[in-house]
Amino acid sequence: METLLKLRPIQEIRKNLTPSDGTLTTEEQIRVERSILKKFEDIQAIVANKPDLPELQKEQHKQYLMDSLVYLSSRFECLDASRAWLCYWILHPLSLMGVRLENTYKSQIAQFLAKCQSPEGGFGGGPGQYPHLASTYAAVNALMILGTDEAFKIIDRRKLYEFFMTLKQPNGSFAMQVGGEIDIRGAYCALAVASLTNIMTNELVRNTAEWIISCQTYEGGFAGCPGMEAHGGYAFCGLAALVILNKGHLCDNKALLRWLTQKQMKLEGGFQGRTNKLVDSCYSFWQGGAFPLLYSLLANDGLKPQGHLFDERALQEYILICCQNPHGGLIDKPGKPSDTYHSCYAISGLSVAQHVLNQKRVLGTYRNELASTHPLYNIRPDMVRKALLYFHSNSVKSM
Amino acid sequence: MSESTESSSDEGDSQRVLYKNRPEWQDITPLKQDDGDYPVVAIDYTLEFQDCFDYFRAIVHKKEYSERALELTQTAASYNAANFTVWQYRREILKALDKDLHEELKYIEKVILKQTKNYQVWHHRKVLVEWLKDPSKEKYFTEKALSKDAKNYHAWQHRQWVIKTFDLFDGELDYVEQLLKDDVKNNSAWNQRYFVVNNTTGFTEDVLSREIQFTLEKILELQDNESAWNYLRGLLLHDKTGLSRNKTVTEFCESLYKDGSRSPFLLALIVDMCSERAAEDGAGDGNNLYTVARAMELCNSLATNYDTIRAKYWEYTAETIEKQSKGEVVDEASSSTN
Repeated sequence: METLLKLRPIQEIRKNLTPSDGTLTTEEQIRVERSILKKFEDIQAIVANKPDLPELQKEQHKQYLMDSLVYLSSRFECLDASRAWLCYWILHPLSLMGVRLENTYKSQIAQFLAKCQSPEGGFGGGPGQYPHLASTYAAVNALMILGTDEAFKIIDRRKLYEFFMTLKQPNGSFAMQVGGEIDIRGAYCALAVASLTNIMTNELVRNTAEWIISCQTYEGGFAGCPGMEAHGGYAFCGLAALVILNKGHLCDNKALLRWLTQKQMKLEGGFQGRTNKLVDSCYSFWQGGAFPLLYSLLANDGLKPQGHLFDERALQEYILICCQNPHGGLIDKPGKPSDTYHSCYAISGLSVAQHVLNQKRVLGTYRNELASTHPLYNIRPDMVRKALLYFHSNSVKSM
Repeated sequence: MSESTESSSDEGDSQRVLYKNRPEWQDITPLKQDDGDYPVVAIDYTLEFQDCFDYFRAIVHKKEYSERALELTQTAASYNAANFTVWQYRREILKALDKDLHEELKYIEKVILKQTKNYQVWHHRKVLVEWLKDPSKEKYFTEKALSKDAKNYHAWQHRQWVIKTFDLFDGELDYVEQLLKDDVKNNSAWNQRYFVVNNTTGFTEDVLSREIQFTLEKILELQDNESAWNYLRGLLLHDKTGLSRNKTVTEFCESLYKDGSRSPFLLALIVDMCSERAAEDGAGDGNNLYTVARAMELCNSLATNYDTIRAKYWEYTAETIEKQSKGEVVDEASSSTN
């Protein structure tokens, strides 16, 4: 079923302005609401003559991403330990926009990622750097998107497994690198990669589900580690890792659903990462992407939803109207510069909002439609299938 | 850059001599980054950055643990504090040379206060505190970071770790109360309150009623505050009678409702109270306030009037409660307590 969505009426949006109450939190919130309301008013003024609006400026974003894939100015030195991430942040939104890279180009990217692989197993942030779970997740996801035999073969799975085991803690959690910090990202990154590349063992995941559950907070979301505050990025990691482990039933689904829906901002339409914080387009995926995972758990309880349980129209409005840089790339919120991280997660969130349970719900025109994304790994489902097929027919034991 | 006065590591930026031009580094052959034949996401490094990391790679390759290597990691970290290899290697050097870790604490303090949202620098500090087994500066230090951003996740995480590891809970509730006086919507402070109670007294009956009192006062101060409502829910998780049988809370809610409050947080809590009863005893025992019919009505007004952004959630919630009341689904929570 396909449905084209139209904009929320502006007078309805205006009703949601937060009144001043003297707190710093509200002051900042009001400042953001004003800048966003202005964006909504601007588009309402012209939409009567241009009914196709809002438009996803695919050409500009493709150009921005393709340029970033080749060259980054010295301003990006602060991301020198995130080059594997940069590959993923660029390749994934391109693939959701249906861009097909030439085989020679794919091969070059694969060869670069091979240079990021450590002799000890796992991938570093760039060539010659120590291996790290986050860069390993990013590099493996990027290789899956490339989807060639050359890309798949780069991963030294035996070494990868050894690397994971050096990071595994007795309580079930994972350190991000040898001697590095321990938080819930570690569990997700390790399990996502292990499940895609078929190196899961009982030993690798012992106590992990229980540790993740201990990160669910009284608010319903998950924190980075036990005791901390519920947070969008960590909630996604926790939930996705539990689903990979087939232990989703251990968490309090109802509390998680309540918290997730509460994180959608009533005026902005986008998501905040934590209670009483500001909207940020990256949470379009971290919070929005958790919904499809939760739907499958609710279905197990006999409570399958019929469509999205958040307002997918309002989320698309926020991304399309407030978060596109006219020169290409997507942004956190109005006034911020484009970057590849927000381009990746805003586009991913847009894709989640457009697709639910075989329905399409697209704001603007169908030209805005993106490919769907796999909610566990955040790469396209066809790419997940291809990778699973490859790695399941090539088990580590037979290598 | 306004903080350059308190920065010693960056002061020399403009006069920094390239490593390749330093006599004391002449014995080292710089190691270029091996991007392969086809670099992608290639960063156009400045000369200084490239020079520094060429020598850093050479030193790591050689496994040299020396004073000059330590200095080099400081330069490398000033160019990119997010480089986890640099910090890990720096720690290897600190250990090998048995350096004065108190000096290192002072250094990392400056770095953190300039880069408060960076995983690596906070982790570095944590490791130093572990090695020193000296948490004496940490509460004050995190307060310094939190005075700039009272919701900084890394600062809170570090603070929780220190408090829990070294049993430094004393005075923490006072600190939380101060932060809530500054900004009652600071959710991190509410979360810290929960953390403290949970790890000290626990939610005994007395503590629970004290905390409920505290929270209800804060809600009266400002009703439109999700943090306080969420904390209230968190407290009720520890009420053995459930969400809907705490008289203080139910009377408070009903009085707000009667006074005309239609705060979505208030209505949402009442819906969940109704939902709890529906799961327990179907359509309700007739003489309680928390009936399925009331839940339906509230969900409807939330969906159409008071919380329209969550309309779908409220419609779904209404359906779920209805199903539960007819016994069509088994509510895990209630089936385990019954």
